[in-house]
Amino acid sequence: MEVIKHMKSYRRFGVLAVVCVAAETMFELVIPIIMADIIDVGVAQHNSAVIIRQGILMVGCALLSLVLGVMYSKFSATFANGTGYSLREAIFKKIQSFSFSNIDHFSSSSLITRLTSDVTIIANSISTGLRPLVRAPVMLLSALTLSFVINAQLAIVFLIAAPLLGLILFMIISRVRPLYRIMQDTIDKVNLTIQENLIAIRVVKAFVRQDYEIGKFDVVNTEFESNSERAFRLATLNMPAMQFIMYATIIAILWFGGNLIFVGSMKVGELTGFLSYVLQVLNALMMISNVFMLLSRALTSQQRIQEVLDESNDMDLSEINPDLELQDGSIVFDHVSFKYSKSAQENVLSDISFALDSGDTVGIIGTTGSSKSTLAQLILRLYDASQGSVIVSGHDVKEYSLEHLRDAIAIVLQKNTLFSGTISENLRWGDQFASDQELIDACKIANAHDFIMSKKDGYNAKVEQGGNNFSGGQKQRLCIARALLKKPRILIFDDSTSALDRATEANIWKQMQATLPQTTKIIIAQKISSVMDADQIIIMDNGRIDSVGNHESLLKFSEIYQEIFQSQQEGVL
Amino acid sequence: MSRNRMAGYKKPQDTGKTLRILIHYLGFHRFTVIVVAVLVILSSLASVFGTYLLKPIVNDYIMVQDIAGLIQMLGFLGVIYGVGALSTLGYNQLMVGVAQKVIARIRKDLFEHTQSLPMSFFDGMTHGELMSYFTNDVDTIADALNNSFTLLVQSLTVTVGTLVMIVVLSWQLSLVVFASLFLMLVYVRYNSKKSRENFRRQQKAMASLNGYIEEIMTGQKVSRVFNHEVQDFDAFTQYSDALRSSATKAQTYAGRLVPVIVSISYMNYSLSATIGGLFAISGLMSVGSLTAYLVYVRQSAMPLNQFSQQMNFILIALAGAERIFNLMEMESEVDEGQVTLSKTGDESWTWTVDQQSTPMAGKVVFDQVSFGYEPKRMILKNISLFAKPGQKVALVGSTGAGKTTIINLISRFYEISKGSIFFDGIDLRQMEKSSLRSSLGMVNQDTHLFSGTIADNIRYGRLEATDDDVVAAAKLANADSFIRRLPQGYQTLLNNDGANLSQGQRQLLSIARTAIADPPVLILDEATSSVDTRTEKLIEKGMDKLMQGRTVFVIAHRLSTVRNADAILVLEHGEIIERGNHDELLELKGRYYQLYYGLSELS
Repeated sequence: MEVIKHMKSYRRFGVLAVVCVAAETMFELVIPIIMADIIDVGVAQHNSAVIIRQGILMVGCALLSLVLGVMYSKFSATFANGTGYSLREAIFKKIQSFSFSNIDHFSSSSLITRLTSDVTIIANSISTGLRPLVRAPVMLLSALTLSFVINAQLAIVFLIAAPLLGLILFMIISRVRPLYRIMQDTIDKVNLTIQENLIAIRVVKAFVRQDYEIGKFDVVNTEFESNSERAFRLATLNMPAMQFIMYATIIAILWFGGNLIFVGSMKVGELTGFLSYVLQVLNALMMISNVFMLLSRALTSQQRIQEVLDESNDMDLSEINPDLELQDGSIVFDHVSFKYSKSAQENVLSDISFALDSGDTVGIIGTTGSSKSTLAQLILRLYDASQGSVIVSGHDVKEYSLEHLRDAIAIVLQKNTLFSGTISENLRWGDQFASDQELIDACKIANAHDFIMSKKDGYNAKVEQGGNNFSGGQKQRLCIARALLKKPRILIFDDSTSALDRATEANIWKQMQATLPQTTKIIIAQKISSVMDADQIIIMDNGRIDSVGNHESLLKFSEIYQEIFQSQQEGVL
Repeated sequence: MSRNRMAGYKKPQDTGKTLRILIHYLGFHRFTVIVVAVLVILSSLASVFGTYLLKPIVNDYIMVQDIAGLIQMLGFLGVIYGVGALSTLGYNQLMVGVAQKVIARIRKDLFEHTQSLPMSFFDGMTHGELMSYFTNDVDTIADALNNSFTLLVQSLTVTVGTLVMIVVLSWQLSLVVFASLFLMLVYVRYNSKKSRENFRRQQKAMASLNGYIEEIMTGQKVSRVFNHEVQDFDAFTQYSDALRSSATKAQTYAGRLVPVIVSISYMNYSLSATIGGLFAISGLMSVGSLTAYLVYVRQSAMPLNQFSQQMNFILIALAGAERIFNLMEMESEVDEGQVTLSKTGDESWTWTVDQQSTPMAGKVVFDQVSFGYEPKRMILKNISLFAKPGQKVALVGSTGAGKTTIINLISRFYEISKGSIFFDGIDLRQMEKSSLRSSLGMVNQDTHLFSGTIADNIRYGRLEATDDDVVAAAKLANADSFIRRLPQGYQTLLNNDGANLSQGQRQLLSIARTAIADPPVLILDEATSSVDTRTEKLIEKGMDKLMQGRTVFVIAHRLSTVRNADAILVLEHGEIIERGNHDELLELKGRYYQLYYGLSELS
């Protein structure tokens, strides 16, 4: 199991923790033996020296077990959280190596839970489960051994009782596990209902659907109640089962032991000693069954993590030539088709072909859902084309290392993401070594400098998560500046000027044309005004290229373009 | 979510009250709970009494080789043990039922109460925080009811029984036991204080790590296109390492509890044995009683240990319960309205005031309304506006100008601070909220759909609508054609807030959902902003049909969609700065003019 592999670097702490618990458990067995001398020797011979000596010995043992216990808690906590740490590291690294079709396959929210709660569950079960996991077998074996030493004949009772209890517990656990899974599924349903309700509370209130929602909730809540009742009814059978067996064992030992004493093959003292092991043996079994219950939850998390670590990257990196770098910004799409998963029936992009020279400006326009963004993402190899090839600077994108490819291409994504930190930290994503002057230059081109300077802290102003303390237009301008700092050979704007007014947008274009003449610029937009000055305009419809041309020719020939143009005659912001 | 249970550990504020409410819930199953308690005590006493019988069995029957007596005694012991084990079986099974029913009931009450809470409550909290009431907090109660309740009664019975035996056997020697008990108590208190502090730190580190992970995972595309993986990994490692060290520390403290308590109980046992031995020599105690005494001392460790652990769980559960009950005590939305509105027959809506019915018109008036989400910061200042029946009123202005707030006030999601709003001349505050809201049809920018079929989602607007009504509404919103193209048509299942649909398609569904409700007043808050202009044109026809004969409030990003409004209000900083129709406003050459011709930025 991969999880075990990741315990490696912290394994010595695990070993030490196990040693500590095992040693600590031994004292539990040793102390009563030391005690026996107090009564059998000390009291019997009226020897107070022996009593005191044995007493000191026992206190010493207790202190040693204290030290061992404290050490154990340190070691096991280090082991558990270290394992969690290195698991997180491995998952994070793995996710970073994923292609976006891998990420889509898991969905980012599920990757987040695997990276957070699942790892926590595993770390917590190590830190709480390790102690009983070690103690139980030690106690079981030592108690069995000692009882055999005392009287092998009588010990046979244990050989019947222990497997019997083991079998019962096993049957309970194996039947409960599927019930737990059903229970888990229904609690998911309950939580989903609550979550949907809370997210859409405005809709619920606006339609006055509180009673309807309560009705919906009642159904799943009742279902969960009966499912969990079923699971717990079965699970709690372990306590009475343990008691029945334990009590029966005590009676059996008293009966057979009594008979052995009658025939003189056993002493009374031995019988008393024997009885004290009953609890120990059966308790150890109970502990083991509890650990299994705990582990079954951790096992589910382990499987979920394993799925991530086992996922094979569906991006083929074998054709990469690590030395190859982009020399210019030319782009060729050669009969490119794309679908998000192999099993998907319909292509998202079908048979796309076009060619751009370095320094060209091209606009892409089309209805929502016509896969314009997907097309752009193929250039950066966020996804691989399903058919055909995407060629930049004379080579298939698959031949460049991802680092070289993405270093040379900048994209301003439709979903602008800024990260918590300062403005300049965010800008330096584009170039971590950029000088302050370079930041200012890029921001001036992006028309962001003025509003940044109007902030109290200027370039050091705080950015909240997702950039939520900036307006849509400001965010877009910051994202544009961040992309410009890469000084790319290819620059892609994916619907990233939608919140800007026309004057600002035009200004940004003008400056960009002047400062980045050699850069190929791709503008994906919904507004005609954003693309009308481009050298070429590609019109997408339903994943296909409908027509290509410049503003004037398209106005004449393209029906779709005419329609879009008319719908935006005036007042589109 | 990933929250460790110890994390929710806050010291309960008013334990007495929380306990009373919990007991109130248990009270619905009063009879069963009493039976459970009796069975728990019976089962514990059987165990204590059984141990007590071992000595006479060995001494009086086995030692003297009395087989008949032994059989009799073993039979007696068997009966006692049988009763004990059956009681255990009984209380476990009964308690499972009670616990699950109580938890389901609490969850239901909690859910029902949240439905009645005002919008301002939901604004102040993230979904995650709200969810944690239903998950973390309810779970702590569930855990406590599932295990701790019976274990607590049980360990208490055994502990008390054992202590009584100890005192009876030798009160002098029992002082050692009480001294070590005191020591344990002191340590438990010290340790839980320490671990609580450290768990708090661990939770903080976990929250920052989770925050970072969430941010970087959702921004993964940006990270990749900027080749930012190495820096991300370094930052991630730092957060992850901070969690590792704080969690290690917290769990080191927490992990000490059990071994320390066990060691103290060894110490107790050792001292009892030594001092007891000395007592025995000096004749203060018989050897027999010393042996029995020591068996009890050894036995007392386990229930004590259990007791302290369960006490901890109970405290955690009480903290969770307290949060839940506090939420349940929050005030529901105020609704003192008497005036009702109902739809009679096919088309007409009527007001009912004091049993007098008048047909509704759909006139909305704001009279010098001021409002702020926080009392200190007014969002709307002295707004007056007037919408005649059947008029289309457009609200235009930048983000934060107060457009959505106006709409929130019409639906009475919030209470206004000053002024009044009238609906057909009736003050909003005199209207029954459910009547008011069902007369308003709202389509928001954020569409929220529910798990279920497409038809279910459309029917959400009018639960009793027939399939034909659903199709008609979908046609009106121009959604019918795309729905038919889906593999299962109207029966296609949506999940995850309709994630399998495009934003535009979801918007069309939410329009259909409103259309089916057929409300006299329509509110469109950026309803078409996420569809492209060409698709918008397609929707527009449907929307026009939908808007006919209704009073409409519309907020739009694209001014082209508000052009044909009867009145356009331009808002800035909570005030109406311009009003008029499209042509009048263009002539004014003010803010609207600038916006319309793209001379200034909106958002």
